[in-house]
Amino acid sequence: MNAPAQASDRPNDWSAYPDAKGRFGEFGGLYVAETLMPLVLELDKAYQEAKNDPAFQAELRGYLTHYVGRPSPLYFAERLTRHFGGAKIYFKREELNHTGAHKINNCMGQILLAQRMGKTRIIAETGAGQHGVASATVSARFGLPCIVYMGAVDVARQKPNVFRMNLLGAEVRPVTSGAATLKDAMNEAMRDWVTNVEDTYYLIGTAAGPHPYPAMVRDFQAVIGNETREQIQELEGRLPDAVLACVGGGSNAIGMFHPFLGDESVKIYGVEASGHGLDTDKHAASLTGGRPGVLHGNRTYLLQDDDGQILDAHSISAGLDYPGIGPEHSFLHDIGRAQYLTCTDDEALKAFQLCAELEGIIPALESAHAIAKLPQLAKEIGEGGVIVMCLSGRGDKDIFTVADALGRSI
Amino acid sequence: MTKDRIDRRFAALKAENRAGFVAYVMAGDPDAATALEILKGLPAAGADLIELGFPFSDPMAEGPTIQRASQRALAGKMTLNGTLDLARAFREGDQDTPLILMGYLNPLVNKGFEAFAKDAAAAGVDGLIVVDCPPEEADPLSDALEAEGISLIRLASPTTDEKRLPAVVRRTSGFVYYVSVAGVTGVKEADADAVAPAVERLRAAAQLPVAVGFGIRTAERAAEVARVADAAVVGSALVDEIESAGKLNENVTQKVLSKASELAKAVRSARQDTV
Repeated sequence: MNAPAQASDRPNDWSAYPDAKGRFGEFGGLYVAETLMPLVLELDKAYQEAKNDPAFQAELRGYLTHYVGRPSPLYFAERLTRHFGGAKIYFKREELNHTGAHKINNCMGQILLAQRMGKTRIIAETGAGQHGVASATVSARFGLPCIVYMGAVDVARQKPNVFRMNLLGAEVRPVTSGAATLKDAMNEAMRDWVTNVEDTYYLIGTAAGPHPYPAMVRDFQAVIGNETREQIQELEGRLPDAVLACVGGGSNAIGMFHPFLGDESVKIYGVEASGHGLDTDKHAASLTGGRPGVLHGNRTYLLQDDDGQILDAHSISAGLDYPGIGPEHSFLHDIGRAQYLTCTDDEALKAFQLCAELEGIIPALESAHAIAKLPQLAKEIGEGGVIVMCLSGRGDKDIFTVADALGRSI
Repeated sequence: MTKDRIDRRFAALKAENRAGFVAYVMAGDPDAATALEILKGLPAAGADLIELGFPFSDPMAEGPTIQRASQRALAGKMTLNGTLDLARAFREGDQDTPLILMGYLNPLVNKGFEAFAKDAAAAGVDGLIVVDCPPEEADPLSDALEAEGISLIRLASPTTDEKRLPAVVRRTSGFVYYVSVAGVTGVKEADADAVAPAVERLRAAAQLPVAVGFGIRTAERAAEVARVADAAVVGSALVDEIESAGKLNENVTQKVLSKASELAKAVRSARQDTV
């Protein structure tokens, strides 16, 4: 359908995206009910002001340093490098952040913004529960009530995170509509927001949703790529040949990718979850197996049927189990600046175990999807090359799912 | 130009000095055949305009009642094209009652705006309401609909301020839909005292009739709204009848139409009570 993208088609100034209408090329935008329009426009204005306010940025940096534990290390995964052969592999250790994943970077930024806007009630959606835990954490820290919408199926398969959220004082509301996973939780959170327009701040966890969320979440997550740039130049004296991250909604990925978009020498790879396989109806690869459409406030690639009904996604990893993807990824995909690979449940499981055994790190099942593509990329880039992978979260939350998949009981 | 049907209907209502009763039902709920029977019966039951929902898997602005209607419709394989078939079948027997389709953007994006507008006009559809397409994003859809003479009905809500009003009523025709509560369909009740000034404001800005919906479940509330608005929209209360009749194994069509005529009577007599 599309002509092959040429480097010359690409923008010179990546910071020009999104445009004033919240668009990344033909993707993104603002597709919400009229009741919410004034709210998202107000949020955009408040965010632009905060972004350009040095006091806000200094406050955020302070919390990222002393509460979240940034900067996160950039770690040379020596044994995996030797095991696979080829390019040197580095892990950006987002799993070492407070709460065990990259999600807290965004939550810290948004909770400060919510306070600045005078909002007194936080709502969030969650899939795996990592964003729910991060939202509950910052809400507890700043003394705001927090309600987390979570698909009933996810509540069942992510019990430790549900309990964690409860310990942090958040109310977890199981969502039973639809397939009872992340997209349904997001629908329910939007219904809450449209009902409680006066006092409520909707803390979206991924780089999707209506403008300004995709840009705002990206900006708060760009700390991942910005630190990586500095750290790799210190360690290797140059930029990496490739950066790699798993993609569900795509917040850890866009955070890693964005600071490198202008560096044509840096190849960019995202990994989508292909579940039981792309040739089945049980996967979550929106770019590879979907078509552009409109859902949850933005135009992006979606898994959908012939009538435009959204299909249920499937992945062993609850955090990737979403039938859409952040609009900036759709843009990067279409212009060819980033390449999106796929990884099945089985491949992710093997990578999960391998990383635990060789590096002493139990990765999140989400991150394991990226790990699974390392052997192929390490060979392609070859000896003397450098790859940085975003290890977006730790896998403690997944041990029950993995045990189940391996046929073991714990 | 099919939008004339809407204009004619509101002109007639004005001449009668009464508000219109707008009935909302979901295409394919509880099944395609029964939905058509209900549609065909609504004008005689007193519906002055009909809103026909087309189902979507992720109806973000709907309360539980319409969500379940959507799921029933999808379970019965109802589609956007199937909805247009229903509209065409209805129009064959009724040349006067305006028919407005209502739903979400993605099925329309999927079909293509031009193809949809062409098929909808051929089926006798007069207007379209798209919940998740604000004016900022509506131009491509407006272009396609205007070419076929179909009205894009705009929504205004309690959060729509003076500044936004001109944008909201730009490129709209037929009537304007006032969402009387901040919330999803069929949950909160409209506050009739707050509705009156909002309707005035909107009518002045749009120079069009104003229909009020989202918070009207009872005949009393419908009558209150009908005193101040040009039309009162009821959806969830009708859909509830479909659901309960299905559960109790009663005649669905009869039950819905009887509820519709109760509401229509309340709307029709609302202004007589006050004079």
